[in-house]
Amino acid sequence: MWSSTVIEMIQKGILESLYMTLLSTLFAYVIGLPWGVALVVFNQGGLKPKNGIYRVLDVLANIMRSIPFLIMLILLIPVTVFIVGTSIGTTATVVPLTVAAAPMIARMVESSVQEVDQGVIEAAQSMGASNWQIIIHVLLVEARVSLISGATICVGTILGYSAMAGIVGGGGLGDIAIRYGYYRYQKDIMIVTVVLLVLLVQVFQLVGNITAMKMDKRRR
Amino acid sequence: MSSIVSVSDVTKVFKTKDGDFEALKGINLEVEEGDIYGIIGMSGAGKSTLVRCFNFLERPTSGRVIVEGKDLAELTEKELREQRSRIGMIFQNFNLLMQKNVLDNVCFPLTTRGVKKSEAKKRAKELLDMVGLSDKEKSYPTMLSGGQKQRVAIARALATNPRILLCDEATSALDPQTTASILALLKKINQELGITIIVITHQMNVVREICNRVGIIEEGELVENGTVEQVFTHPKSRAARKLIIGGRNELDSEWSTGVISELHEEKKIRIVFSENSSYEPVISNMIMTIGCPVNILRADTKSVNGKAKGEMILGLPQEKDAQNSIIEYLKDHNLDVEEVTGDVE
Ligand SMILES: Nc1ncnc2c1ncn2[C@@H]1O[C@H](COP(=O)(O)OP(=O)(O)OP(=O)(O)O)[C@@H](O)[C@H]1O
Ligand SMILES: [Mg+2]
Repeated sequence: MWSSTVIEMIQKGILESLYMTLLSTLFAYVIGLPWGVALVVFNQGGLKPKNGIYRVLDVLANIMRSIPFLIMLILLIPVTVFIVGTSIGTTATVVPLTVAAAPMIARMVESSVQEVDQGVIEAAQSMGASNWQIIIHVLLVEARVSLISGATICVGTILGYSAMAGIVGGGGLGDIAIRYGYYRYQKDIMIVTVVLLVLLVQVFQLVGNITAMKMDKRRR
Repeated sequence: MSSIVSVSDVTKVFKTKDGDFEALKGINLEVEEGDIYGIIGMSGAGKSTLVRCFNFLERPTSGRVIVEGKDLAELTEKELREQRSRIGMIFQNFNLLMQKNVLDNVCFPLTTRGVKKSEAKKRAKELLDMVGLSDKEKSYPTMLSGGQKQRVAIARALATNPRILLCDEATSALDPQTTASILALLKKINQELGITIIVITHQMNVVREICNRVGIIEEGELVENGTVEQVFTHPKSRAARKLIIGGRNELDSEWSTGVISELHEEKKIRIVFSENSSYEPVISNMIMTIGCPVNILRADTKSVNGKAKGEMILGLPQEKDAQNSIIEYLKDHNLDVEEVTGDVE
């Protein structure tokens, strides 16, 4: 049906999309996970209430989350060029993706960690556990199912963002969809890329759901 | 004997939206080493707040808390954590780590204190054996009954060899039979390991069952404090009388005045007092425990060195259940019980 070059291009697109999505998810978690935990720990009623720090982290998350991704993409071009050396291509796209995803992940992590039963935290304190030990061994462990579910949602969203980055030459399936479908009116290629994106989201969701379920010791 | 916990002039003020709320209003109390000390009071009286001051989960607004000779307020964070590991605590909702199995739950306080995993496991297994759950070490808390969860919590609280065990409503979520078995376990821990136990409860029978000393707290004040015997036989405060009389049925503390005359006794029993029974507490304690009045139809007793000797005939209420539990209670307290037919006199 299609020439082998088109098929090769689509294969490359899939890999590029995966690369951008997974790499930026990883970086975004490196920032977002501690950020989210800090939001809970420094909040009133948290392990170490520090109103000032909480305010800063809270407001920053709100501001960054209210900037539309496309604008963020453009605003961050100088930063991207500074870090990666160029603003075009898959690796360059990782920078704005990470910056856009981190506050979203912080919020996800915040709500997951907040669900941990206050009583269990108190029990750990009564046994003489330090705040660090409580964060590592109680908060993150007890919240892990919810954290995995949150991560699944985040990966799906980041994949969507990465497709959007195609508009400014970001590479991946989104890039193909825009170049062929939008500029050259090759609807069939566009449809295939969209279907592939949907499938990728499905796969992520499935893997996430199964992992979360397997991990949950509250079941059965 | 020395006080293992000594609390002086402790107050706690919570800042709320509607202004300050004084949850504790100058509490003074001493718990002796080896005691099982009960703290009882109505909901909202300040029991949990007080017991949380004993390990500084709650910092008192003023006053001093001295545990094992150390003023908790003067400890550094690190020293306080060290001290906390010498004070075990169990809770109404068990508060187990739901994502860790039973063994890892019991290991938790050890590994956080830097004990090697293999040693922690060994100790945890001993403790699970002691609480009768060695077959459950690989189970997760969701698979356990309430009583089993509380046993795990007890094992976990004892892992670090504490000298004190705080129990905040530890049996309130359990049925009467399970409650009895947990209380028996606590008693065993107190006797065999010499651990001082502080029990918070709103259930009178918990105090009666295991405590040797009791404090009654009402609206942030300690209104009664002494041996269980003293407080139960001569309650000074309104709160104590309310709790003791209405112990079984808090809403209805009126029956002691009116209802007795309306009894139609179906069954009469004769009880015989031997050396080891002082009749006054037995009968009144029975009434409080069962929560059901009896009629004393005849009493032929005399006091010998404060102990009753002789016999007494009681008219029991109509309900079979109440009759049975009364008879059982009396037998449990070493009294001879026999049914009487025909008229007394
Ligand atoms: N963190 C808090 N902030 C504000 N008020 C509080 C706080 N903790 C407790 N209180 C108030 O202090 C009072 C005593 O609470 P506490 O939990 O000690 O009662 P309790 O005797 O344990 O009651 P219960 O039997 O219901 O557990 C209550 O009126 C409660 O509303
Ligand atoms: Mg309470």
